Amino acid sequence: MLKEKLLELREQALSNIGSADGLKALQEAQIRFLGKKGPITEVMKSMGKLSAEERPIVGQLANEVRKLIAAKIEEKKADLEAKLLELKLEHEKIDVTLPGRKIATGSPHLLASIIQEVEDLFIGLGFSIEEGPEVEQDYYNFEALNLPKDHPARDMQDSFYITDEILMRTHTSPVQAHTLEKHKGVGPVKVICPGKVYRRDNDDATHSHQFMQIEGLYVDHNVRLSDLKGILTVFAKHMFGADREIRLRPSFFPFTEPSVEMDISCFRCGGHGCNVCKGTGWIEILGAGMVHPNVLRMSGFDPSEYTGFAFGMGPERIAMLKYGIEDIRHFYTDDIRFLKQFDRA
Amino acid sequence: MLVSYNWLQDYIDLGGVTPEELADKITNSGIEVEHIVYPGEGLKGIVVGKVESCAQHPEAEKLHLCQVNLGTETVQIVCGAPNVAAGQKVPVATVGARIANNVKIKRAKLRGEISNGMICSLDELGFDHNFVPKEYADGIYVFDDEVPVGADALPYLNLDDAILDLDILVNSAHCMNMIGVAYEVGAILDRPIQLKKPVVAESDQLASEKISVSVDAEQMVPYYGARVMNGIKVAPAPRWMQLRLIAAGVRPISNVVDVSNYVMLEYGQPLHTFDFDQFGSNHVLVRFAGDHEEITTLDGQLRKLTDEDLLITNGKKGVAVAGVMGGENTEVSSDTENVLLEAAVFDPISIRKTAARLQLRSDASSRYEKGLDRNRVALAADRAAELLIQYAHATVLKGIVEAGERTVAEHQIMMPWQKINQVLGSEFAREQIVGILERLNFKVNVEGEIMQVSVPARRFDVTIPEDLVEEVGRIYGYNHIPATLPEGTSSHASLTPYQKIRRRVEGLMNGMGLSQAYTYSLTSKESASSYAVSNKGIEPTQVIWPMSEEHAALRQSIVPQLINVAQYHLNRQMPDIKFYEIGKVFLPVKGEARPAEEEHLAGIITGKRTERNWEGDPDTVDFFSVKGIVETLFDSLGVANHITYSPSKREGMHPGQTADILLNGEVIGYIGALHPRVQKNCGLNETFVFEVAIESLLRHGEAAIEYHGLPRFPSTTRDIALVVKRTVAAADLDRVIRENGTPLLKSVQLFDVYEGSHVAADEKSMAFSLVYFDPERTLTDDEVNVVHEKIVSACAEQLGAELRG
Repeated sequence: MLKEKLLELREQALSNIGSADGLKALQEAQIRFLGKKGPITEVMKSMGKLSAEERPIVGQLANEVRKLIAAKIEEKKADLEAKLLELKLEHEKIDVTLPGRKIATGSPHLLASIIQEVEDLFIGLGFSIEEGPEVEQDYYNFEALNLPKDHPARDMQDSFYITDEILMRTHTSPVQAHTLEKHKGVGPVKVICPGKVYRRDNDDATHSHQFMQIEGLYVDHNVRLSDLKGILTVFAKHMFGADREIRLRPSFFPFTEPSVEMDISCFRCGGHGCNVCKGTGWIEILGAGMVHPNVLRMSGFDPSEYTGFAFGMGPERIAMLKYGIEDIRHFYTDDIRFLKQFDRA
Repeated sequence: MLVSYNWLQDYIDLGGVTPEELADKITNSGIEVEHIVYPGEGLKGIVVGKVESCAQHPEAEKLHLCQVNLGTETVQIVCGAPNVAAGQKVPVATVGARIANNVKIKRAKLRGEISNGMICSLDELGFDHNFVPKEYADGIYVFDDEVPVGADALPYLNLDDAILDLDILVNSAHCMNMIGVAYEVGAILDRPIQLKKPVVAESDQLASEKISVSVDAEQMVPYYGARVMNGIKVAPAPRWMQLRLIAAGVRPISNVVDVSNYVMLEYGQPLHTFDFDQFGSNHVLVRFAGDHEEITTLDGQLRKLTDEDLLITNGKKGVAVAGVMGGENTEVSSDTENVLLEAAVFDPISIRKTAARLQLRSDASSRYEKGLDRNRVALAADRAAELLIQYAHATVLKGIVEAGERTVAEHQIMMPWQKINQVLGSEFAREQIVGILERLNFKVNVEGEIMQVSVPARRFDVTIPEDLVEEVGRIYGYNHIPATLPEGTSSHASLTPYQKIRRRVEGLMNGMGLSQAYTYSLTSKESASSYAVSNKGIEPTQVIWPMSEEHAALRQSIVPQLINVAQYHLNRQMPDIKFYEIGKVFLPVKGEARPAEEEHLAGIITGKRTERNWEGDPDTVDFFSVKGIVETLFDSLGVANHITYSPSKREGMHPGQTADILLNGEVIGYIGALHPRVQKNCGLNETFVFEVAIESLLRHGEAAIEYHGLPRFPSTTRDIALVVKRTVAAADLDRVIRENGTPLLKSVQLFDVYEGSHVAADEKSMAFSLVYFDPERTLTDDEVNVVHEKIVSACAEQLGAELRG
């Protein structure tokens, strides 16, 4: 009798659980079938009336039914919960194409980026970075660089003087003289000197009374012009592309002898001639040369023992060439629409 | 220097070398040829015609009917030039010809008369009017009689020439004359040059009977030579000379003037001719001018001289400013018959100073300044004499009357010939090196390892062994020198600690949304004095001779320039901007011309905190935005613990929203809002700025990083709300809390500030979160309570703080 009742309860319960449409109905079914006053408990309580042979059999069956119902309830519960969650998540759907909350970063200045690139290249080649004063003594700006007071080449760079002896430096070359002096006649000296320089020019598309320069200096035993050529080749390929070639043309600077100008093969046309290289296939990039013995001597180096090379370049010019920038004043107007374009430079 | 390709062939065979090829070779050997001009480019159909007859046009008073023989035919041409006449040989643009500006000549009817071409002026053939001789300035050009009728006119006008424009730098002054260029091209092409020694058929009369020369400033005047010539007839110079002068950019004037210009162009030696009848004495005295001495120069200007200027005098008064410009009183005129020709050497620096001071830079003075061939001076005088005999009927008196040495010895350079290879990194054989130097017409003598080079005076720029290295390198061509990498001492390099931190600061600023600006160091005097972190009240450093008021003084702060940047953007509808700059400021030092230079970091922010987006309008920036930037900076640099902020009043800043930044009690910067008045004047919205003396902040590099093991015991957090008078600063509470919380108090964080109805009108409530921690054990409540109560009572005692209920 009890056995049949249990089997019937099992059927009822499974059907009830199966049709439960929510957690509440399921909970009701749980209370109804498994509660303390539920029918299975009732059956268990009335088992005392059974014979000793029947009791374990019915007891075992009752346990099995109870376990089965509990398991089914758990199963159904998980099922219902999953459905609910799914429903809930369906409601949480958003427009994933809306813009995110960006952290607006600022842009580095193009000149800073170029200078940093040159610095990093030369650090890799063993050059340190030296900086010097922007307000200089005439001696370091000119005289120590083999430009005595009445040298006609002083015409080439009209200067902002503060007194007869003090001026805004017209190039970064005085850092050469300072650095050589610091080394007290003992090489090697291997430095890059970036910085601002000033000339008495009217500002226009190609002139600026303030601009940047990067000077390089290498003084040691047996430094040769061919070494300058080698280092500048590395530089040209790094800054303007691996297939660049360079050529050196003789030129004149008072602080170097011999003096050269470096051209690179045009990066736009590859050397066939275009408007960037004005049809020549070559673009003038920088001035360089072997340090003049007078410069070495004046800064305490013995020119019979040491030779060296020096070069100087303009980051503005490099930037203007590289990106086709038409007006040097853009670098000092700081228009954000200009700067932003070179975020990754 | 304008170099005529045709003229150059007087001295060197240029066969097989086109003007372009020549220009390339010259450029690649060290003197840049800036461009080549072909003066006859585009001209065609211009022939030499002979005006057989010239009659009045029946219908037009100013026109002539000319029958012109073109060699193959005689045609009628209508000509309007006032100087046309029968018998002249003239350039004729025939029907179908092209003249200057690509104008095509057609058969035309002028007032009813047929015109089969055009008789041309020099302007119409493309000559620059500024260089056209006066006699042809208002009409057609007229050839001399030697020109054959019917011939192509262009060669006779030097219009088959090519003009190379050489950019002469200080070291290439030896090419400021045709002979110098010939030597240079000879070396480049490895071809010989031919120079003719001038031959002067002197008269028997001694020049020294007419003139004597003395120099009172021997240091400045190593040589002064004078020739005397009589019986001169002033007239136009011959066509070839006129055309060569025009090609060189010099306007022909008269045979006497043209000869001295021509010889200067040929020899590089400036010459001056005086009208000897106006000279006023028979003695030339060269001396320094007296202070305030005056002379009226050729251009009619009265010049005031100083005792540094060299003056040519007749013993009493000045007749020329030496090497710069002649005097009006002795100028050669059309009536001149007797001349005194000066060929002298003056000190370059003296000439340079005088020319600069008088603002009189001439072809002559620039040659004196840059240097000339010391050994060519008498030759130049002879050359001029030769030409004046030939073209001005001059009788040249015997001898050059002179003071000083006419020539100097050649300069000797001794060096190991291998040094050239050592410096260039090349592997030239000895013969190659000697060969190149000999191409330059240097004499070379090698004994063993040592080479002795005798350098002619015309190459005054070659004085030391390194100069010879350059000569060999540039003539051989640097392209043939290998590229190597240095073999010297290997060295290691890295950024200095400061350079490293500065890069990090740049990255940090970019990360916080500030873009990097580069602005000018030179600014107006007003702007240079404002916004300095510490203004000592000394005038800003100023340049003597500014280009404009805008760039006259050195900035003591970056902020004014950043204000300009903000203004620029606002004026272009970009109201939300954040910028920073790292750069030098220049702080005047009392009693010193040179200012102290310090690198500063400055920033400016205005507008929205973030970009506007779909979630709504973001707040605008305020004081705490700018403070957050510097605090983040100080945190990142590990100096936050040494930094304090104190309210301050600064010119141009909001008096209630500005704070000094102190490092260990010393002011190193400031933050705050611009004064509303400044904002209004500049048309700015609410704008906030900061400036920090970053170099002094980081002078000693960064503190070393100290590692602490991870905590093994939990910390205890207690919140505390204190009610204080509104005048009590948050920093004071923070300080009292920290002072009384040691050593267990680990951190203090202000998380709420309240003013309003729940506290009294003059009070505010500030809530802090305090974290207590002991690295060795877990703290008990009792232990924390002791410290916490101590803090509360200290705040009460020192700042009148009450625990908020």
